Amino acid sequence: MGIAGLSLWRRRLFGTPATGVVTILIGLALVWLAVPMVRWALVNATWSGTTRADCAPGGACWVFVKARFGQFMYGFYPPDQRWRADLAGLLFVFGAAATVFAPPRLRLKIGIAALVILPPLGIWLLAGGFGLRPIETREWGGLMLTLFISVYASLIAIPLGILFALGRQSELRVIRLISVLFIEFWRGVPIIAVIFLASLLLPLILPGGIGIDRLARAVIGLGLVIAAYMAEAVRGGLQALPPGQREAATALGLTYWKATGLIILPQALRISLPAMTNEFIALVKNTTLVLVVSILDLLGIAQASLADPAWVGMNMEAYVFSGSIYWLICFALSRWSRHLEMMGRRQHR
Amino acid sequence: MTKTLALLNDKRVRDVAYQVAVVVGLVGLTVFFVRNASENMVKAGIASGFDFLWRNSGIDVPFVLTDYTRADTILGLFWAGVANTMLVTVVAMVLATALGFLVGIARLSSHWLLSTLAGAYIEFVRNIPLLFFVLFWYFGVIAALPAPRDSVSVFGVAFLNNRGLTIPLPDAPANFRWALAAILLSWLAQWLVSLWARRRKDRTGQDAPMLTIGLVLIVLVPVLAVTWASLATRWDIPILRGFNYRGGFVVIPEFVALLAALVTYTAGFIAEIVRGGIQAVPHGQVEAASALGLRPGRTLRLVTIPQAMRVMIPPLTNQYLNVLKNSSFGAAIAYPDVVSLFMGSALNNTGQAIEIIAMTLAVYLVIGLAVSAFMNWYNARIALVTR
Repeated sequence: MGIAGLSLWRRRLFGTPATGVVTILIGLALVWLAVPMVRWALVNATWSGTTRADCAPGGACWVFVKARFGQFMYGFYPPDQRWRADLAGLLFVFGAAATVFAPPRLRLKIGIAALVILPPLGIWLLAGGFGLRPIETREWGGLMLTLFISVYASLIAIPLGILFALGRQSELRVIRLISVLFIEFWRGVPIIAVIFLASLLLPLILPGGIGIDRLARAVIGLGLVIAAYMAEAVRGGLQALPPGQREAATALGLTYWKATGLIILPQALRISLPAMTNEFIALVKNTTLVLVVSILDLLGIAQASLADPAWVGMNMEAYVFSGSIYWLICFALSRWSRHLEMMGRRQHR
Repeated sequence: MTKTLALLNDKRVRDVAYQVAVVVGLVGLTVFFVRNASENMVKAGIASGFDFLWRNSGIDVPFVLTDYTRADTILGLFWAGVANTMLVTVVAMVLATALGFLVGIARLSSHWLLSTLAGAYIEFVRNIPLLFFVLFWYFGVIAALPAPRDSVSVFGVAFLNNRGLTIPLPDAPANFRWALAAILLSWLAQWLVSLWARRRKDRTGQDAPMLTIGLVLIVLVPVLAVTWASLATRWDIPILRGFNYRGGFVVIPEFVALLAALVTYTAGFIAEIVRGGIQAVPHGQVEAASALGLRPGRTLRLVTIPQAMRVMIPPLTNQYLNVLKNSSFGAAIAYPDVVSLFMGSALNNTGQAIEIIAMTLAVYLVIGLAVSAFMNWYNARIALVTR
């Protein structure tokens, strides 16, 4: 930092007497708050060891996180089978990357192929059967489950959301009414109540004898609510398109579905992508609510680990670790969404 | 044959056919679900109908605003839950708005450190699940507070400890009813005076001293009324007896934790709305106002804020509705709101899932519709009048 840099900082922080006073007050508050925190989290913390006894008092006991790391990531998934979760995750990342980086001509085909093949493949890898050891959803948990619920709920929510957004714009009055009712109903009720609702009502309204897995119930419930929010995100994109686009497509003789699929949606979805990403962030945050039906995602596992008598008093460590992971995921996604928005704005100019 | 083909190609006929098909499909699906449900309920021996609402509830609620007791009916339990939901929602809305405006204005401050800190706060709370904050405040902060014996004392009258917040309670609540009446009356007077002043200004162009009148009617009268009411009554101040406090009113820790989580979380979102609203006002507006000779305070009050409000109202409404819906997160720490009392305890006791779920969802839908109707009315009132 040169002289110019220094004087810039001096002007920023001590430009006028009032600025200087505010700087000093904030500085004191920061020192008062941050110093104990840094001492707890870094200076006095214990990083190596195996039990609670290894930890020095007065500092964070990161040994606890190290000992529990597998559980935080996979829940009670059998350790020798965890490669299956890793493989499923890798396949999804690969599928997404292949779609994004494919040449434009092949992109749609690869995307559809990924959407058809990957979801059942992922469930097979995680749940087992057909040659793999079956693992009940009761044993799934941790970050793996958070990601599973987020991805599969959005697999329900995005197509359904697009359909209802189109329905809300439809010329057909009954379709419009049904779409508005669906969207406003699910947007009006708390998600926690929907998760209760799904876990209580789904088994009730299906024919007797069809058991439905309780994780599937939670995913369906979340998927329905997020579909309503996705529909509103997509509506923004649909409304941003000039009406001439559909009129021109119709004049060229395209049917409703052809015009929608070839002309309207490709443009509308590109505009809605940032809003849809924001809804996905909300979904990742709301997966934590499956805790109320005793499904242990990352936050649930952290909460459950507090009850372990061998590791009493690790509340802060568990919360700081799980909270940071949520923050990293959501912050990265929100930066990406902002980047998309900027790119879209530049293209429009 | 050609006639049928022509009919099939007629857009109007096809539109009707599509809609009829969708409706028939939906009705069919509903009938299928309802028949399954009634069969399953008969098999499981679950009753139906709303008779259970008048049955004795027998459920203890640790925190009630209504006069509900365990000898009351299940309907009484429902209303106790609704009241608790409303309480935490309203208090959280007010506090989150205040904190959100503070952070939002700090974000726009020309002071670099202040605006960076506000930005860090916003990025921090917006990217973490609300449930995390609820659990963190409850198990991380409140549980770590000292036992009643070593409470954190707030000016010697209120005490914060791991069993909640104990606050003093007035002996004579009647005084407060009078004070409330006086406050409402003076606010009504303020509204009438401002109507009169606006009309007089339209007629004569003269300004009334609205700032002074407003200060007296909106601030001074309420302050005096509340001061009088609190001086005229005897206060039941909590006193440590043995292991816990006696007297006063205990705000349960679940309420404190849920409120703290809702306020800190929602404030991050409101701050962004405030920032966006103020930034949406073109700078030329402020320059034009000062060119006309308006002082900075008047510019803010007459030019910036009215235009910023227009941008802020719709997203603020959404946030208020979110607070209402998010108050149900209290169910995770057993705050006795309508979800945890009615959808939790009452459902466990009676098993009548469909009726209970319908009633609970109706609470949120009705309040939500009422709030958005009010906000739409307000929005229309302050909307730009184009000529």
